[in-house]
Amino acid sequence: MEQQNRSEKDTLLDARGLTKRFGDILANDTVDIRLNKGEIHALLGENGAGKSTLVKMFYGSLEPDAGEIWWDGRRVDIGNPAAARDLGIGMVFQHFSLFEALTVVENIALALPKPGNMRDLAARIAEVSKDYGLPLNPADIVADLPVGIRQRIEIVRCLLQEPRLIIMDEPTSVLTPQEADQLFLTLQRLASEGCAVLYISHRLEEVQRICHHATILRHGKVVDECDPAQETAASLASKMVGAEVIAVNAAKKTEVGAERLVLKSLSAKASTPFATALTNISLELKAGEVVAIAGVAGNGQGELFDAVSGEMPVAPDMIALDGKPCGSKSVTWRRKQNAAFVPEERLGHGAVPGMKLSENIVLTRHSTGDSLVGNGFVSERQAGELEQRIKQKYDVRMSHDDPEARSLSGGNLQKFVVGRELDRRPGVLVVNQPTWGVDAGAAALIRQALIDLARSGSAVLVISQDLDEIFEIADRIAVISRGHLSDAEPAAGMTRERVGLLMAGGAEAQGEVA
Amino acid sequence: MRIELVKRKEHSEVMVFLSPVIAVLLTALTAGIIFALSGLNPFEALYKFFIDPLTQTWSLEDTIAAATPLVLIACGLAVCYLSNNWNIGAEGQFVVGALFGSFLPVMLPGFESFLTLPLMLVCGMIGGALWALIPAFLKTRFNTNEILTSLMLVYVASLLLDYLVRGPWRDPDGFNFPESRIFSDAATLPSIPGTSISMATVITIGIALVLTVILTKTLKGFEIRVMGQSPRAGSFAGFSSKRLSLFAFGLSGALAGLAGIMVVSGEMNQLQPTISPGYGFTAIIVAFLGRLNPVGIIVAGFVLALSYIGGEGVQSAMGVSDKIASVIQGLLLFFVLACDTLILYRIRFSSRRAPASAEVSHV
Repeated sequence: MEQQNRSEKDTLLDARGLTKRFGDILANDTVDIRLNKGEIHALLGENGAGKSTLVKMFYGSLEPDAGEIWWDGRRVDIGNPAAARDLGIGMVFQHFSLFEALTVVENIALALPKPGNMRDLAARIAEVSKDYGLPLNPADIVADLPVGIRQRIEIVRCLLQEPRLIIMDEPTSVLTPQEADQLFLTLQRLASEGCAVLYISHRLEEVQRICHHATILRHGKVVDECDPAQETAASLASKMVGAEVIAVNAAKKTEVGAERLVLKSLSAKASTPFATALTNISLELKAGEVVAIAGVAGNGQGELFDAVSGEMPVAPDMIALDGKPCGSKSVTWRRKQNAAFVPEERLGHGAVPGMKLSENIVLTRHSTGDSLVGNGFVSERQAGELEQRIKQKYDVRMSHDDPEARSLSGGNLQKFVVGRELDRRPGVLVVNQPTWGVDAGAAALIRQALIDLARSGSAVLVISQDLDEIFEIADRIAVISRGHLSDAEPAAGMTRERVGLLMAGGAEAQGEVA
Repeated sequence: MRIELVKRKEHSEVMVFLSPVIAVLLTALTAGIIFALSGLNPFEALYKFFIDPLTQTWSLEDTIAAATPLVLIACGLAVCYLSNNWNIGAEGQFVVGALFGSFLPVMLPGFESFLTLPLMLVCGMIGGALWALIPAFLKTRFNTNEILTSLMLVYVASLLLDYLVRGPWRDPDGFNFPESRIFSDAATLPSIPGTSISMATVITIGIALVLTVILTKTLKGFEIRVMGQSPRAGSFAGFSSKRLSLFAFGLSGALAGLAGIMVVSGEMNQLQPTISPGYGFTAIIVAFLGRLNPVGIIVAGFVLALSYIGGEGVQSAMGVSDKIASVIQGLLLFFVLACDTLILYRIRFSSRRAPASAEVSHV
């Protein structure tokens, strides 16, 4: 293994031979990793490579089966998260653990061991957050705040404990490009003050941009270390995957055909206080094209998906499939019209966690003419054959035949859930977050399949928060912001900056003018 | 040393079967302790309670007779519980089914034909279903909690029965006893010729087998299981949770009502102020002990029926309060639900001081 020329004396955390086993799976296999003070250290790896297991051991929520952790030259046992915080290790989770009904200061007070007087705490929050360029109003109710601000709360909560190491798990997945830039400034400032940052991300461009050093995990082992600035995104990706990643071949569209999915002034009230209302959304999706809807999480993507899929009925004229109005029709009716849908949440929405994959095939295909159901009886044989076909075609890896959905890793389950719909060759496919949390190899496979489907004459609508993905596959791009949708413009004429501005409210302004 | 619960990747097939067995053993153990604390020989009491009823023909027949309504009601409840509809009011649906079914023999005693009995059974099913549809309607229309509404309707139903047998339906030749008139032969559910096993048992087993096929092989059964485990995925599949609530309540009410009229017609031959020793509640335990699976429920119904017959046994032989049967039934439900944890989790004994919650809470 290549050893880097990094000073030994600046070592903050030194892990030696960390090993963690879950049943038959060796999640971490004698992992060595060294983090220096003032270093932004990237932890790269595909899904299931063992990144989360490793950082959970640093954060004290998992205990290593073997190996040692040295902190500042001293051997430590990090028995629980409180011990980690005492050492100065803070973590910002991918999924926030905030109470929506409480204020910023209340949420932070709940997480601190000694919050002290609320008024003083509020003052400190205001001061620290402003100082680091992440301004927060301590009295705001979390439910009213966009996701980017919620992440700030988590970061400020870490900062208040004066951490010496901050672990960040996919922090930019919920941010606009502009918000991400602001985050990078904060991280660079922290690093210049001597704080170490362990940065987990799938986005190789940003790793190259801000990280000083990278450790790459594959199948639980450290396979390489490098200076990301000396690499290209492609070389980093191939180190992660262990093979060349095939670039997606977008094969620019030849010709668009008839309108297949039309949204006309689609509006819907928010069904709960925490949902987003949809306002006057219009979009025409034509045969042969991929249209992507960009936007920061929580701006109405889920509601839009539910309206298009039929889980949330709207007025009949608001949605048309191949010219037939269907706003009030059921999801089954729409599937029979050869439309297919892949929701964002794989477990519990796209698939039933406790059911086998073959049963989960019946979930969306019981009425689509696959002879899965005859006279009310489900054909297990037919479901099993479909399951085999999808498994082979979309490379769904499983430990034994036909397992329960919940036992698959996120990426594998996503391949299954997308493959289940692609297998039907639908005329209209609507996908929310097609490659969220999916490793580079599988993501390329899924994206290529979406493009191929469109080129064969179908219309594909992709809702995504990943701009790299959108620019890779979309023919036209629209942006959703607070339930308003901007006009879909040809991707060739769009820039990240323009998308970023639309995400940050431009789409809304456009919607109001229109 | 500490005991940790570690989540399994998939549910354990072994534990699905083992969990109720462990629960029965733990119940017997606890019951033994309770007997010992009351100054009885625990081994003798346990023998009298669980084994003795199986050794004599008459008590075995009694056990089967008590198991029959339990199994029939529990089969319906299983459909409810599998689909996430918490029908706690089977006792009331049992009573109202018995009332509807008894209308014919009580109000039109002269109507004696080969149609009498089938009509009574159908009326019983309609009555139970209507009573169950009240909480289902309130749930789907107003989002009320069906646990509370279905339970409260139990008391309404038993007061209605009480009123009828003391008032309008009282037997005119009954010396003012609070009982309805005795049913005619045409209105009496017969036994299988040559045995003392009631036709009710045959009907019940038939229904349990049909339900097994529906639950495991049909799209309706699939819908029921999906909606119970994951309502969001169910609505994505195009299933309607409201329609399914009405279906599940309607079906379980109908089966409870059928059980009610079969008990009244086959065993009592008349309506009395009390027609059930709590079958509708005990059936909840039967449903869970039987894994919400009709075949398992047949076995579980037999076990719980034992607790009625065995309870009477220890009461008469050893002078224990008859409340012991309820205590043991309650223990059994408690242990079944506790042991079911082992289906999705396994126990690990760990000597290290890692936080017990770590893997569980962060998985």
